[in-house]
Amino acid sequence: MRTVKTSFTRRLFLLHLPMALIVLFAISPYLWMLLTSLKPEATLFSANRSLLPEVITLDNYIRLFAKTGFIKNLGHSFIVASGAVALGLSVSITAAYAFSRYRFKGRRPLMLMFLLINMFPVVLLIIPLFIIMKHLELLDTHAGLILGHSTFAIPFATWMMISYFNAVPRSLDEAAQVDGCRPFGAMLRVVLPVTLPGIIATGIYIFITSWNEYLYASVLAGQDVRVLTVAVQTLIGEYEIAWGLLTGGGVVGALPVTLLFMLIQKRLIAGMTQGAVKG
Amino acid sequence: MSHRSSLRRMPYWLLSPAVLATLIVVFYPMLQAGITSLYYNVLWKPKAVRFIGFDNYLSIAQDPVFWASLGRTALWIGITVPLQLLLGFVTALLLNQQFRWRTLARSLILIPWALPSVVIGLMWSWIYHPQVGLLNDLLLRVGLLNTAIPWLASPDTALYSIIAALVWQGFPFFAIMILAGLQTIPANLYEAAEIDGATTWQQFVEITLPGLKSVLVTAVMLRIIWVANSMDVIYVMTGGGPGYATHTLPLYAFKRTYSSMDFGYGSALAVTFSALLLGFIVLYLRRVGKGME
Repeated sequence: MRTVKTSFTRRLFLLHLPMALIVLFAISPYLWMLLTSLKPEATLFSANRSLLPEVITLDNYIRLFAKTGFIKNLGHSFIVASGAVALGLSVSITAAYAFSRYRFKGRRPLMLMFLLINMFPVVLLIIPLFIIMKHLELLDTHAGLILGHSTFAIPFATWMMISYFNAVPRSLDEAAQVDGCRPFGAMLRVVLPVTLPGIIATGIYIFITSWNEYLYASVLAGQDVRVLTVAVQTLIGEYEIAWGLLTGGGVVGALPVTLLFMLIQKRLIAGMTQGAVKG
Repeated sequence: MSHRSSLRRMPYWLLSPAVLATLIVVFYPMLQAGITSLYYNVLWKPKAVRFIGFDNYLSIAQDPVFWASLGRTALWIGITVPLQLLLGFVTALLLNQQFRWRTLARSLILIPWALPSVVIGLMWSWIYHPQVGLLNDLLLRVGLLNTAIPWLASPDTALYSIIAALVWQGFPFFAIMILAGLQTIPANLYEAAEIDGATTWQQFVEITLPGLKSVLVTAVMLRIIWVANSMDVIYVMTGGGPGYATHTLPLYAFKRTYSSMDFGYGSALAVTFSALLLGFIVLYLRRVGKGME
């Protein structure tokens, strides 16, 4: 009886309590933003402000959608992120298949190249990309920003897809080739369907990264194509910081990607850690 | 014969779209950055553009803001990454145990990872707000503070306030990577150690840490690169200010380029930063990654 009790206290102090504290640390900034967005703007700066809202109001959200171009911004973000997913996936699937299934001259240096690009400083690319897009008149267009985002989408997707393809046994494509499929046909008909969940997870992660991206979005676009992150940042300047509006924008802007992230986390993490765990 | 040679060419065909795309969007711009850095190139003076060799780099060597930003970048990485690692490690050790709300806890700690940097900057600026911020309110109420602190407006606290936000953003990555690593360590190693009478601490040092070595080396490297590069949170929270108090090297290169449209000097700064980062990573892998693979 005593041991049960001590082990319970032990677990409470060594497991449940610290875990709860860490979870609280992880979610409290977002919760605080959510709570703020539900309070009337006028009460935010009052002397007897309270932690929890005394009246819950959707006023900030109504203003956000009615008075600012927030819906348009969400639309731009959606177009750019979808474009980045399409471009990133379409060129990297075949590349990852080649890396996973073929042994050829230059394989290792090419793989290393894709790994290195993954780590490239944004600041090194963003300056020349600005000049190049200015010449091509691609500044402030969806296409230009999608190209900018492909700098991280392509190498990332390639690496993720290699690990998903590697998880599919080679015997599967060999069996298909015996059945008369050509190598490319084997990829289309046998390997792709099996790795579809991995492809979807990779696509969603590109979507999230592109949706969340700010620097390219503010430098390569920002006027005609004003995506959500740039819009939120501009709200800070334009309305001498209307915190109610701003926190509402933050909640709305972050919600879709947070939900998507929860949806794919298991598969995404499996793909990401596979390489690292194996060393 | 022709079938075999077409087979041999197959991987190159499959690779060509990705290689072509990266040549266009990554390597060509990179080359451009290198070239631009050798020019005097201020955007609104198109007629004054001229080749000046390494003059930009010579100016960098004498630029006090560059050296201050470099030092701050080292500080920025040197505090952020270890704190992320520590908090991530503790989180992973907790999540590696069996308890009923484990799945829920694991999902919730991922939230910082998923959020846009702009929203993160915004949230934390609101928490740090000098007059009505949550942090000041709480600290004043508990009695740890007598007067409110302007966290982001004071040069003494601004950098550390942003570091706290970045630790928050990055620890889930470490937690998840380390958790995955922990789960690959065979349980019978611990059972054997238990029989031999090893304490929990000994088990941690003798089994857990060696078992995690490759994961830790990789995760720390990825984070160093990521933290070194990440300037959007700083940009949103302080814009590099007050004064130069929160300028890191990439942010300085970025701001120098776009506020004064000085593309030549900005490119030279960006190239210098990239070279330093690459050198650091190579050094890190030589020292820490020794004996791996």
